[in-house]
Amino acid sequence: MNKTNKTAGAIALALAAQAALMAPAMAQNPAPLKATVIHWWTSGGESAAIRQFADAYNKAGGQWIDQAIAGADQSRATTINRIVGGNAPVAAQFNTSQQFRDIVDQGLLNNIDDVAIKGNWDQIMPPSILNAIKVKGHFYAAPVSIHMPAWFFYSKAAFKKAGIADEPKTWDEFLADLARLKAAGVVPLAFGGQVWQEKITFDAIFAMVGGQELYLKVYRDRDQAAVKSDAFKQVLVAFKKLRGFTDAGAPGRNWNDATAMVITGKAGVQIMGDWAKGEFSAAKQTAGKEFGCFPGFGPKSPYIVAGDAFVFPKSSNVDVIKAQKLLATSMTSPAAQVAFSERKGSIPIRGDVDDSTLDLCAKQGIAIMKDKSRQLPNSEMLTSPDTNGALQDVLTNYWNKNQSADDAQKAFASALKE
Amino acid sequence: MSHVNKPAKRRRFSLAANIALLPMALTVLFAYLGTMLWTMRVSVSSSRTFPADDFVGAAQYVRLFNNERWLLSLHNLLVYGVLFIIACMVLGFLLAVFIDQKVAAEGVLRTVFLYPYAMSFVATGLVWQWMLNPELGIQEVLHKLGFEQARFDWIIDQDMVIYTVVIATVWQASGLVMALMLSGLRGIDEEIWKAARIDGIPRWRVYASIVLPMLGPSVSTAFVLLFVMVVKVYDAVVAMTQGGPGTASEVPAKFIMDYLFGRANIGLASAASVVLLTTVLAIVVPVYFVRNRAGKGKAAR
Repeated sequence: MNKTNKTAGAIALALAAQAALMAPAMAQNPAPLKATVIHWWTSGGESAAIRQFADAYNKAGGQWIDQAIAGADQSRATTINRIVGGNAPVAAQFNTSQQFRDIVDQGLLNNIDDVAIKGNWDQIMPPSILNAIKVKGHFYAAPVSIHMPAWFFYSKAAFKKAGIADEPKTWDEFLADLARLKAAGVVPLAFGGQVWQEKITFDAIFAMVGGQELYLKVYRDRDQAAVKSDAFKQVLVAFKKLRGFTDAGAPGRNWNDATAMVITGKAGVQIMGDWAKGEFSAAKQTAGKEFGCFPGFGPKSPYIVAGDAFVFPKSSNVDVIKAQKLLATSMTSPAAQVAFSERKGSIPIRGDVDDSTLDLCAKQGIAIMKDKSRQLPNSEMLTSPDTNGALQDVLTNYWNKNQSADDAQKAFASALKE
Repeated sequence: MSHVNKPAKRRRFSLAANIALLPMALTVLFAYLGTMLWTMRVSVSSSRTFPADDFVGAAQYVRLFNNERWLLSLHNLLVYGVLFIIACMVLGFLLAVFIDQKVAAEGVLRTVFLYPYAMSFVATGLVWQWMLNPELGIQEVLHKLGFEQARFDWIIDQDMVIYTVVIATVWQASGLVMALMLSGLRGIDEEIWKAARIDGIPRWRVYASIVLPMLGPSVSTAFVLLFVMVVKVYDAVVAMTQGGPGTASEVPAKFIMDYLFGRANIGLASAASVVLLTTVLAIVVPVYFVRNRAGKGKAAR
């Protein structure tokens, strides 16, 4: 009896002492700023990447509440429903694109001008990203990654087998290389016949063959004359030429299955976003060793820019606004950017970071991003999700059906008009 | 005792029963009718990511019926629906007749045939996709067995792909039809069979001319269930073809989902939903009334 009393007394004393010790700390730093963050990064590499942001935010005095939702569409739909329903998260992921333009127009987002001006975003971030996040002079999203959706990944073993020594420098060289791969009994192009994969392949070809000027005229200016030009028709023809280099199993194939074909050397090249590097590293392959990567043909090829950003739903609660600003600051900080990019396969949204820990392709990407003339926004930044979807329908019909380039050109023009 | 004489009155004033029904009534009112009306309202507005409260008349419907992909989806739904319902009915009926022959291990067979229906099509559809893939599945196996000329690449063929969806979903749903038909068959009076035997009528003839007409309720139940499956077909297409190659196997439900979520155009998606709902009502309501009248007629007899 006596003994237990003593123990209890000791515990009480210890607790009191601890409370006394903690009290000053509590006073300085009241409660951590809670932040519910909705995102769709659920795969192994992705969740390791987002953890870097969570750690950075927690270290800065916040408390990250993770709300991962599998599937980008599903995640965005949840965000919008919660905003409409009055139970908005503190931050939510979107692609750096026009996906969140409607929410901005409805006045449902807080801007983060303070953070952007303090962080000098106008100077350190690429213009195409700034165009997507800046509406009427205000910053409405914190970009966190730059993905380039049109890298060319190739198997060094397959290139060797076909007797190809160098990476192709022009579109014609690329076609010749594909033909040599075919002759060597390798599937030249690892292709996944799903609409979005067809679209990024088309955009890659569009930027390479059609050139930046035509690309912007069509996607940004919706210039009907440009769509009806012969140059654009040549782009469509070039795109369809690739079809002859795919295998019979391509329709419906998932992108990672196509990557696996390059990993095993069954196929020569895949045109895919830099997220494919995750598959290579999961198979214990390193860039420059077992596989190579090039972002286009020649030293002046355009570099398509896409990526992810977080938006901050409207709130007048002081704590929420504080949390939003802290989130934007910590996610875009150089250290968090590098830690994130290493795991995600993307490149940092700012050039002033130490890239020594990143892989070969990412380093190449960062170097290219320094040259502003090579940066090209991806089509989703320039067109609404609706229009982009309609264009996908046109391209998938053209790719899969026995349709002439002229008909596809007409369909493309009318889809762009809507 | 006097209560017994006024059952009608008591039913009218039963507060407890009404309270018990209230949640269901509210569910019907808000979750079904309410959302239906809401969808109709949205379909005549210019809504994109968010519902807008303006009025644009039939503009969304005009755009919908100018959309090639929507028209193709409707066409696919028609082809798919007719083939799927006929194939399921015929196969389901034959399976039921087969099991009704007092075969050994009836329980096992019944489970086997019904099992596909119990599994999620998202999983089995993926298996079908692999089996039908010309480089992984049946065609490849045949090639390896030495049949070099064998070709079975419907799933990558623009014109044939919709039939692969029919095959896979018939595999899934015919067991359900079998179960419905079998319960109908079990309800047929043994005396009819005895009478037919005495008259020396061949078995197939009895099935075709006597038993089948008596299965009317089972047939119409099966039809309504299958029809609803046709209209909402989505998982099979997403799991097997993702609407491809190209847009060759697009269906209306997938069109609606794409525009609702991926393409942030709830106005157009709502218009498509209303068209789909109208189609369903146009077919199901007459069937329902015919069945009801048949039921009443029987009761009167």
